[in-house]
Amino acid sequence: MFGLPLLSLIIFLPVLGILILFFIPKAQTSTIRGVSVATTLVTFLLSLLILAHFNTAQPGFQLEEKLSWIPQVNINYHVGVDGLSYSMIFLTALLCFLACFASFSIKDRIKEYFIFYLMLEVGMIGTFLALDLFLFYVFWEITLVPMYFLIGIWGGSRKEYAAIKFFLYTLAGSVFMLLGILALYFNSAPHTFSIVELIAQNSLFPRLFQNIIFAALFFGFAIKVPVFPFHTWLPDAHVEAPTPASVLLAGVLLKMGGYGFFRISYPILPEAAKFFAPAIALLALIGIVYGAFVAMAQTDFKKMVAYSSVSHMGFVMLGLASLNPIGFSGAYLQMFNHGIITGAMFLLVGVLYDRAHTRDLNAFGGLREVVPVFSGMLIFFSLASLGLPGLSGFVSEFLSLLGGFKAFRLFTIISVTGIIVTAGYILFMIQRILLGPLNPKWKSLAEINTREILTLVPLLILTLALGVYPKLILDILNPGLNLILKAIGVAN
Amino acid sequence: MVNAAYSLALLPVVGFIVNIFFGSKLKLKGALFSIACIAGSFLCACLLLRHVIAGNSIEQSATWFTCGKYSFSAGLVIDQLTAIMLIVVTLVSLLVQIYSIGYLHGEKNSTRFFAFISLFTFSMLGLVLADNLILVYVFWELVGLCSYLLISYWYNKPSAALAGKKAFITNRIGDAGFFLGIATLFYYLGTANFREIAEKLHHGGFDPHIITIAGILLFCGAIGKSAQFPLHVWLPDAMEGPTPASALIHAATMVAAGVYLTVRSYSVFSAGNFSLQFVSYIGIITSLLAASIALVQNDIKKILAYSTISQLGLMMVALGVGGYTAGVFHLMTHAFFKALLFLCAGAVIHNTGVQDIRQMGGLFGKMKITASTCFIACLAIAGVPPFSGFWSKDEILLAAFNHNKVLYGLSSLVAFMTAFYMFRLYILTFTGKPRDPHLHPHESPKVMTWPLIILASLSAVSGLIGSPLTNHWFSHFIYFHPEHHIEVNYLVMYSSIAVGLLGIAMAWLFYKACPNIPKALAENYKPIYNLLLNKYYIDEIYDTVIVRPFLALTRFSFSFDSKIIDGSVNGTATVTIWISTIKAWIDKYIVDGLVNLTASMVGAIGIVLRRLQSGFIQNYILLIFTSVIIIVLLKLI
Repeated sequence: MFGLPLLSLIIFLPVLGILILFFIPKAQTSTIRGVSVATTLVTFLLSLLILAHFNTAQPGFQLEEKLSWIPQVNINYHVGVDGLSYSMIFLTALLCFLACFASFSIKDRIKEYFIFYLMLEVGMIGTFLALDLFLFYVFWEITLVPMYFLIGIWGGSRKEYAAIKFFLYTLAGSVFMLLGILALYFNSAPHTFSIVELIAQNSLFPRLFQNIIFAALFFGFAIKVPVFPFHTWLPDAHVEAPTPASVLLAGVLLKMGGYGFFRISYPILPEAAKFFAPAIALLALIGIVYGAFVAMAQTDFKKMVAYSSVSHMGFVMLGLASLNPIGFSGAYLQMFNHGIITGAMFLLVGVLYDRAHTRDLNAFGGLREVVPVFSGMLIFFSLASLGLPGLSGFVSEFLSLLGGFKAFRLFTIISVTGIIVTAGYILFMIQRILLGPLNPKWKSLAEINTREILTLVPLLILTLALGVYPKLILDILNPGLNLILKAIGVAN
Repeated sequence: MVNAAYSLALLPVVGFIVNIFFGSKLKLKGALFSIACIAGSFLCACLLLRHVIAGNSIEQSATWFTCGKYSFSAGLVIDQLTAIMLIVVTLVSLLVQIYSIGYLHGEKNSTRFFAFISLFTFSMLGLVLADNLILVYVFWELVGLCSYLLISYWYNKPSAALAGKKAFITNRIGDAGFFLGIATLFYYLGTANFREIAEKLHHGGFDPHIITIAGILLFCGAIGKSAQFPLHVWLPDAMEGPTPASALIHAATMVAAGVYLTVRSYSVFSAGNFSLQFVSYIGIITSLLAASIALVQNDIKKILAYSTISQLGLMMVALGVGGYTAGVFHLMTHAFFKALLFLCAGAVIHNTGVQDIRQMGGLFGKMKITASTCFIACLAIAGVPPFSGFWSKDEILLAAFNHNKVLYGLSSLVAFMTAFYMFRLYILTFTGKPRDPHLHPHESPKVMTWPLIILASLSAVSGLIGSPLTNHWFSHFIYFHPEHHIEVNYLVMYSSIAVGLLGIAMAWLFYKACPNIPKALAENYKPIYNLLLNKYYIDEIYDTVIVRPFLALTRFSFSFDSKIIDGSVNGTATVTIWISTIKAWIDKYIVDGLVNLTASMVGAIGIVLRRLQSGFIQNYILLIFTSVIIIVLLKLI
């Protein structure tokens, strides 16, 4: 469209919002909220505009922009979009917009809150669009800072602990990632940070080198996903974070890890990807089953959802390790679906917590009687989370397992038990909150309000639409996934 | 005609959506709308049946989604089997919904009930129409969801909430196997489409071991859904739901889905070398187990639930011994008479408020229509000619007789027990004198009795389509091998009649003529009686062996996660802090200490040296003098 740099626009539009926020007095809370909503809305509309200018059938990157940034070391500001990154920026822009409404329940230091919030959006969108590893690293690190403050300032009772744990744990991972990136730079000829060029050179990297670099990058990405046993920052961060931060953490930040595998580790280091596949599948299997087991033992609603993420992200890793088109589709789709469904679950946890001021599953009971609409929503997204056919989670879990079955039969057979346990903890949660005799304490619990319903409805529609007709998104993902499979050298 | 198929499936969806959003504002809280939709579906089913009888079939398929070179399709197939299933599902659903107007009269949230029933009907129709295993799996879990929702319909009751959860999770265990079966076939044969699977297996060149494993895995799904041993435990608990839902879902249609799946993928089972035996063994174990439990139960719905499990087991036996037609035939007749039995039980419960048959008695005088229709249903299930159950059960026994005499004997035993416990139920409920003076039963309204009458007529005559009177029309309509022959074995037929009548006679003897016999038997064989009464303690065993250890394991996992895994993260942090503290100490006392030591030494020397520079000349002279003496002394030494 008139040669507008759409990708730069969508990355830096929230910066404009931040600049405007600087000039608004602290006391004008509704103006601050208005500007933030407007910024995230325009960002979301921009993501739709990008879709309009994006040829989904064409493999490779589109709408590329490349500017020399630090020419001495061949660092470029290079961004581009393909189906994989598009689905992620769509998810990010949508969740940022919706979680903005959930942010209305934040009551203190609103201005700072939204500045951090928008900064987070910049980092996330930038990470998904960067095609230069240096740029990628910069955006990746940018997300850490605002999230640290969002948890540390507006979080729950153990917010300092959770925020520092989140920050240091992920930072520790990114240090390894940075080392890996630098090693790639110095071992490429000519020296480059460009993802595209590194993929083209991937056959030049010797096997041992690939394995070492893969391991280094793995720490950075696996901690983010999170892959067992690097997951324990997540329950703490989730439980302490304010609702919108939990939504973005589960919905988008975890996906950055998975995205890193798809975009960087796998196509640039194909030999290592094959070498480590069984190990990754094993960790995936443990994540699926173990995450579900631990979720089953939870009494805190939010912590249960947090552990369910560990289990659900295990399907991403299983599909990824399978190295075949079905598994890859399942894994990537699972990232998207998990963002939608778990995002909605955290919103619902927030709705309940705002009213009841407790998340103890045993403190409820029979709420279906007093809050039927909330209950309907909770049942819907819970069923999506347990992989009910007809809703999106099913398709991705089914494909991940089907892909996994081809590559790792035994691991997949064990992983399948995870879906049984998942049904267990989800239905147990529903039973404890919604069913049984009404706990008289909640006799006058307020029903979910219109703002909250409207926040959830888009997610509900997406969950249903992608469950019934997954082609909508698979057609966008397929060309990109095929390219990666081709780069790895696996016949598809 | 394809349009009829689409309308058939989509009308209940309309019923569901309208009811969920606007149902409470509609007439009869949405019941009428939902009934209108299902009536439309039933008409479509009739049209389709006529189409199929005329010798046509419909198959349509489209790409659902693709992953690289793999393409997943969604399609429908309407052949003889589908057509019969469509009639059974829509007809029973229609009658049950009409009945429910009366049954749920005055219920606050009956809209929800009708919405769920509509969703269920849609899912069940989808399951029957689907042309491939993956699509079946989709609807398979959806009917399971509806079952869950309807079992825990009275969600305030903790037992109902628990029963719903138990049903869903137990089914998921079976479904896990089902999934693996699909995956095996998908990769081994390269398709999940029923027709293509059958064609590939027909051409041969496959490894029968793999196909056997695939068949057994698929059958795991059927074990869950059709409540076969060892996953049968959910069905008796599912009786917590409203009785019309039990009639439709947990007696006539959904629980038969396992039988349907086995029938639909029969090519897989018959191509394997052990899978059919496996089906028949599971079937007979289930059948005997459930029938023996039903002998001593007192809750009218529990008796019917165990009866359902047992009859489903019998259908599995039929399929396992090659009685493809017999299995489908019994599925159909059973749907009618078992739905009828449940609706009769529902009428009794509705009008008396009790479920224990020991409290009933003498209801015939007060509820003539209910009692007579129930009597017909009992005759049908007991296998008395010419009622429907006789013809279908006879075919099962015949198939078993031709295949395996032991299975035949055991199946006859099941038939005997069936006749006995059904007439035990009938005699205790409807005949004799009222045992509880507090009950004031009365006949149900017409909206409830008419469905009973229709189902009773079907239970009476529907078997004739498979009888010699119609020249075994059903066997010519539905079959697996085109060259199958139809025979009549009078030995099997007469012994089957004899077994049924013997069971009825014994029930009459035990509960009418000499009512002391059961008590004496229970006293004398207490361990056996308790074993049966407590359902072989299977629930208790599962609780001890599986549920509790599982929950303990989840708690262990959590503490492992907090203490070991997170502990090591926090431990790393703590160690880092210690090291930092030590470093700080070293920094403070050693590194910095050296610096300070140097400084203080310079200071100390300074203090000493400063003394020397006192400014008094005599001190300087003394110092010089002393120094000269020391130097001279040093030189001398």
